[in-house]
Amino acid sequence: MNQDKSLSRYRTQRFGFLLLTVIAILTSLPILLVLLVIVVKGISAISFEFIFGMPSNGMKSGGIFPAILGTILLTLGTAIFSVPIGIGAAIYLSEFAGDNKWTKTIRLAIINLAGIPSVVYGLFGLGLFVIFLQFGTSILSGALTLAIMTIPVIISTSEEALRAVPQSFRVVSVSLGATRWQTIRKIVLPEAKPGILTGVILGLERAAGETAPILFTAAVFFLPSLPKSIFDPTMALPYHLYVISTQVPGMPVNVQYGTALVLVVFVLSMNIFATLIRSRARALRQW
Amino acid sequence: MEKIIIKNLNLEYSDGTESLRGINLNIPANQISVLFGPAGGGKSTLLRVINRLNDLADVTRVEGQVVIINMDGSKTEVLDPKIDVIGLRRRIGMVFARPIVLPLTIRGNLTYGLEVAGVKNKQRLDEAVEHSLRQAALWEEVADRLDDPAVALSGGQQQRLCLARSLVLEPEIILLDEPTSGLDPISTTKVEASLQELKNKYTVILVPHSVQQAARTADYAAFFLQGELIEQGPGKNLFVNPKDQRTEDYVEGRFG
Repeated sequence: MNQDKSLSRYRTQRFGFLLLTVIAILTSLPILLVLLVIVVKGISAISFEFIFGMPSNGMKSGGIFPAILGTILLTLGTAIFSVPIGIGAAIYLSEFAGDNKWTKTIRLAIINLAGIPSVVYGLFGLGLFVIFLQFGTSILSGALTLAIMTIPVIISTSEEALRAVPQSFRVVSVSLGATRWQTIRKIVLPEAKPGILTGVILGLERAAGETAPILFTAAVFFLPSLPKSIFDPTMALPYHLYVISTQVPGMPVNVQYGTALVLVVFVLSMNIFATLIRSRARALRQW
Repeated sequence: MEKIIIKNLNLEYSDGTESLRGINLNIPANQISVLFGPAGGGKSTLLRVINRLNDLADVTRVEGQVVIINMDGSKTEVLDPKIDVIGLRRRIGMVFARPIVLPLTIRGNLTYGLEVAGVKNKQRLDEAVEHSLRQAALWEEVADRLDDPAVALSGGQQQRLCLARSLVLEPEIILLDEPTSGLDPISTTKVEASLQELKNKYTVILVPHSVQQAARTADYAAFFLQGELIEQGPGKNLFVNPKDQRTEDYVEGRFG
C-alpha cells in the first residue's frame, strides 16, 4: 500500500518534469521557426551583388547596400551618443549617488523611459531634432533618437554590472590610499567591463532593429546615392524591409526574406558577440 | 610612549546597531595592542575610526577625539573633517577578516597602493614587492610567480599577501581585524610570528579571533563589551589578574 503511494508520487513527479520539458521546448520553437522560414525563403536572394550592390528596377533587383550601410551608420551614431552618457550615468548612480529622493526619481525616470513605445521616441525625435533643432531627416536625428531610446537600457545593465562588483574591493582599495575615482577606474570598471559591454551591445542591437524611431527622423525609402554627411537622410534595413514588404507591389518574395535574413544575421551576430564576452568573463572570474 | 590617543569617543550607526560609547584608550607605539571581546562590541568599528574607513559606512554621528602622534612629535586629528584622509590612510595599513585580494596579479596587489600614490619607478616597485613579501614571510613561496593572479594562492597565502600589501606603503600603524579567523593553525602561527617582527617597526592594533590569540599576542589589551571599553592594561596583567568581573568571566570562558 505504502509502496504504491510512493510509486504514484514518483510517476507524478516524472509527469511534471516531462510537462516542464515540453514547455521549455515550446518556448524555443518560435525563434527556430522564424529563423527557418527566413532562411528557407530568403537564402536564394543572398549574393555578393545583393549585399554590396545598389538597388535597381524600383528595388525589385540589385542590392540593398545603402540600407545595410545606413543601419551600420545609425548604430555607430547611436553608440557614440548613448554609450558615454549611459555608462557615465550608471557610474554616478552606482558609485556616487546615495539612496535618496533625487536618485529614486532618476531611477523611476529610467524605468519609465525603458517602457515607452518606440514610436513615441520617433515622434519625440521628429519634434526635437528634425524640426526644432533643424537637423532635418538625417542620420544625426535618427542616431540621437535611437540613442535616447538606448540610454535607459545601457544605464540599467551597466549599473547592475557595477553593483555586482563586491563592496569589499572598494573598501580595500580605499584603505590602501586610493581615491574614490582611482578605485572606480582601476578596480570597479575593469571588473564590471564584461557586464557593461554586454548591456551596451544588447541596447545597440535593439536600436539596430528598430523601425519606428527612424521612421520620422532618418530613414527614406530610396536614395539614388549613398549619404554624404550626417545631415543626409539614409536608407536603413528595418525601414527598407517594411517598405518592400508593404508598399511595393510585385516585390519578389525572396528579396523581402533576403533583406530580413540580412537584418536578423546583423542583430544575432551582435547578440552572439555579447554572449561570448559574458561567458568568457565568467570563465575568467575567480572570486 | 603613546601612538594614538582616543578621548571620549562616541559613535552611532544610522540603524543604531553597533556603536561606541565613551571610549578612552591610549595605544602604545611599537607594541601589539589587542582589542578583544564578544562580537558586536565595537572593536572593528574602532579600527575603522582610526583610518576613517567609516566614511564609507552609514555612520550618523562621531564625537570625541582621536589623535595620532606623528614621527616628528606633531599631532594629527583623525576626526577633523579637513585633514587629508587619503594621506592618513597611506600611513595606516589594514588587514581584514577575510583575505580580500584585489582582482589583480600578486605583484599588482602589492604595488597598488604605491601606484595610486603616483609611484612609477619600476625598481622601487620591485624592491617594495620583495621587501613586503619577506616581512609577511611569503617571499619564498611566491617569488617565482609574482605575475599569477592573486586568487590562485591558498587562503593562508592570500591573507599573508594582504598583510604584505598593507606594509608596502611603510605605514606607521597596522590595523588587523581578525586576520586569522579563516586560517588553519599553521598559517595562523606564521601570521602571528610576522606580527612579533613587525611591532619593532610599526604600531600594531589587532582584533584577535579568540581569547587565546589575545593572550598569546597582547602587549597591551583592551576588553570591549557592547560598545563600551570595560578594562584595559598591559597584556599579561589583564589576562592573569582581571579587575572587572565581566573581563574575568570572558577570559575564563564563562560567556562569549
